[in-house]
Amino acid sequence: MDNLLFGDNQFFGVNHMSEEKARAQQMQFQNTSAIIDVLDAAYEEGVKTFMCTTHDRISEICDHVRANPAKYEGFQFYPCMPYAHKYNNAVTEHGMLGALNQFLPDDGLFKTALKGGMAVAKKDVEGLATILIDMEMKMFKGLSTPVIFLQNVVVDLLLGMGFYDAFKIFHDHVRAKYNAEAAYITMNMPMLLDALESVGIENPIICSNINKIGFRMCGGFDKYVETLRDRKVRAIAMSVFASGALKPDEAIKWVSELPNLKSICFGASSRRNIRSTRELVDKYFPVPAAV
Amino acid sequence: MIKLGVVGLGKMGLSHFSIVNAHPDTKVTVCDATGFVVDGLVKYTKVNAYKDFDDLLEKEPLDAVMIVTPSKMHAGMVRKALEKGLHVFCEKPFCLDWKDSEELTKLAEEKGLVSQVGYHYRYVGAFQEMKRVVDSGALGEITHVLAEAYGPVVLRPKGSTWRTQRAEGGGCLYDYAAHAINLVNWYFGEPSGVSGTVLNSIFSADTDDEVYSTLLYPSGMSAHLSVNWSDESQRKMSTRITMTGTNGRMYADRQECQLYLREPVAALPEYQKGWNVRYTTDLTKEVNFYLRGEEYSAQIDDFVKAIIQKRVNTNNTFREAAATDKTIAMIIADKDRSPSNSRATPVVAATKKGWFSRK
Repeated sequence: MDNLLFGDNQFFGVNHMSEEKARAQQMQFQNTSAIIDVLDAAYEEGVKTFMCTTHDRISEICDHVRANPAKYEGFQFYPCMPYAHKYNNAVTEHGMLGALNQFLPDDGLFKTALKGGMAVAKKDVEGLATILIDMEMKMFKGLSTPVIFLQNVVVDLLLGMGFYDAFKIFHDHVRAKYNAEAAYITMNMPMLLDALESVGIENPIICSNINKIGFRMCGGFDKYVETLRDRKVRAIAMSVFASGALKPDEAIKWVSELPNLKSICFGASSRRNIRSTRELVDKYFPVPAAV
Repeated sequence: MIKLGVVGLGKMGLSHFSIVNAHPDTKVTVCDATGFVVDGLVKYTKVNAYKDFDDLLEKEPLDAVMIVTPSKMHAGMVRKALEKGLHVFCEKPFCLDWKDSEELTKLAEEKGLVSQVGYHYRYVGAFQEMKRVVDSGALGEITHVLAEAYGPVVLRPKGSTWRTQRAEGGGCLYDYAAHAINLVNWYFGEPSGVSGTVLNSIFSADTDDEVYSTLLYPSGMSAHLSVNWSDESQRKMSTRITMTGTNGRMYADRQECQLYLREPVAALPEYQKGWNVRYTTDLTKEVNFYLRGEEYSAQIDDFVKAIIQKRVNTNNTFREAAATDKTIAMIIADKDRSPSNSRATPVVAATKKGWFSRK
C-alpha cells in the first residue's frame, strides 16, 4: 500500500466545509477530461493509487486507463463500494425490494437475476451481497484493484445493527473472487476493529477520519490514539486536514507520528496542492508501508 | 438500560435501529410487518424481533418505542404506545391530521412521558447556531426569512411507494418541506397566516413535488418556503435558511453558518462587524456513534437521555411537532382556497410499457 492515496470527493461535489465550494468543484469537474487532467498530475507527482467510489462517472475513468496502459503503468484503483446515494435515492423512490430489483442484473443475465430473487426468498444475504459486489466491480474489469473498500455508510449501518457477519462475507468474497484485500471505511474506528476481530478478521485495513482536532473521530480522540498504539490494525487516515480547519504542515506532521498508520488519503483539485501534500508526506512520513 | 422497540424497518427505521442499537444505554427489540427484513435481522444479528405491533406491546417489557412507519400509521401506533405508558419517539411528520397531533401531545403530557419527533435538523450544529443568534437578538428586527430545501428524490415519472402517495403521508410537503417549516417554527413559532401557496406535481401522479408558500407572522415578518424534491442538481437533500434583519443577514446550511452584522452586539462578542463564518468543524458536537451525520445520533441520544434523566423537554416534543403539523395544514388550506394554476397532470407523461422495454 502506498503511503499516499488520492481520493475522489473533490470530483463529485463532496466538501465537508462548504456547499458553495462543493458546487464550484462539481462545475470544475463536470467533464471527465478535467478529472483525468488532475489524475495525470497526481500520477506525475508520484501519487499512483486512486481511491474512488463506484460512481457511474468513474467507469469513464476506468475506460480511459484501460485504453492507455503504457501511460498509466503501476496505476491502481482502490474501489470503495457501494456508491451509497445511488441506492439511497432508489430506496426512497421504489422501496427496498423495488430498489433491489432495479439493481439486480436484467440484461440477459437471467440466471444471476434468478439467483438474486431466490436469495431474497431464502434470506440468503450472502448470495445477494456477492451479486451486488460483482455488479459494482464490473467497471474495474482488467484494471489493478488490490484493495477493495466497503463504504462508511454501509459499514457503519451494519456495525450499529450488529450485523458483523456481513464484514466477513465481504472479506471472503473480495479475497476469493478478486484476489484483493478487503478494507473498510468508517466513522467509528475503535468499535469497528472490535467487530472485525470478533468475526476473525485480523489486522484489517481500516480507513477513518484521523486528525489533530479529533473531527469525526467517533468513540473519542483518545480511544483512537490508544487503538492505533495498542492494537493490530493497518490504518489509513482520511480528513487529515479536518476539512481545512488545520494547516497542512501541522496536520501531516501530527498524523505521521501515529503508530500503525500505513497511509494517508487526500483529495486535491490542482497540481499545486497535490505537489505540496506529496512534499509534506515525503518530509514527515517518507517510508512506504508494505501491505 | 432503556428497553426500546424500533417499529418499522424501512430505510429510516434501519438507520435509527443501527444508531440506537449502538447506544450504550439501550437494549433494542425490533418490529416490522415485512417478513424478509425481520427474518434477515434475526438470522444475522442478536436482536429480538416481532412482526406484529400489538404483539410487541403485549409481550415485550418496554420503556419506550420509536415509531418509524409510513406517516399514515403514526397516530394510531403512537396512541397505543402512550396508553401503554411508553415514552415515544416518532418519525416526522408527526400526524397527518393536526388534531391527532394535539390530542397525542395532551396524552403524553398528562402521562408525563418523554415525546420526540424526528426533525433531525434541529440537531445540526449550524442550525443550532442560527437559533442562538436569533434568540440573542443580534440581527435586530428580522423582516424576512427564506427557507429552502432541494434534492433528488423523484426524478422521473415512475416508482410508487407510500412516499409518492399523498393519502399515505408522502409527497414533497410532508417529506422535505416539513423540515424547513419545522426550523422556521423553531426560530419564530407558528405563523398567523399563509398565502400564495403552490403545491405542484412535476413527475409524481399522486402527490406534490414542489412546494412554494409564504408564512406570515404578526410582527409583519414573512417567510418564503421554496422546496423541490425533483432537483437533480443537488447530490442529496440540501436545506438552507437565510434571514434578513435590521442589523444584518444570516445564512445557514448543514456545513456552515455565515453572519453579516452591521454593528457588533454585546450578546455575541465572538462575532465582529461585517462577515463572520463558522464551519461545521467547530459547530459540531462529538457523538458516540456516527451514521450519516452527527445530528441523527444526537437526536436519539437526547431521547434516551431524557428518559434516563426523567425530563420531558427534548428539542422536538410532540407539542412542537404538532405546531409544524398545524402549519402544514394551513399551507394545504391556503392551496385549496387559492386561485390555482396547478398542473392537472405531471409535466412529463408516464412512458408506456412496451413488450421489449422495461422503463
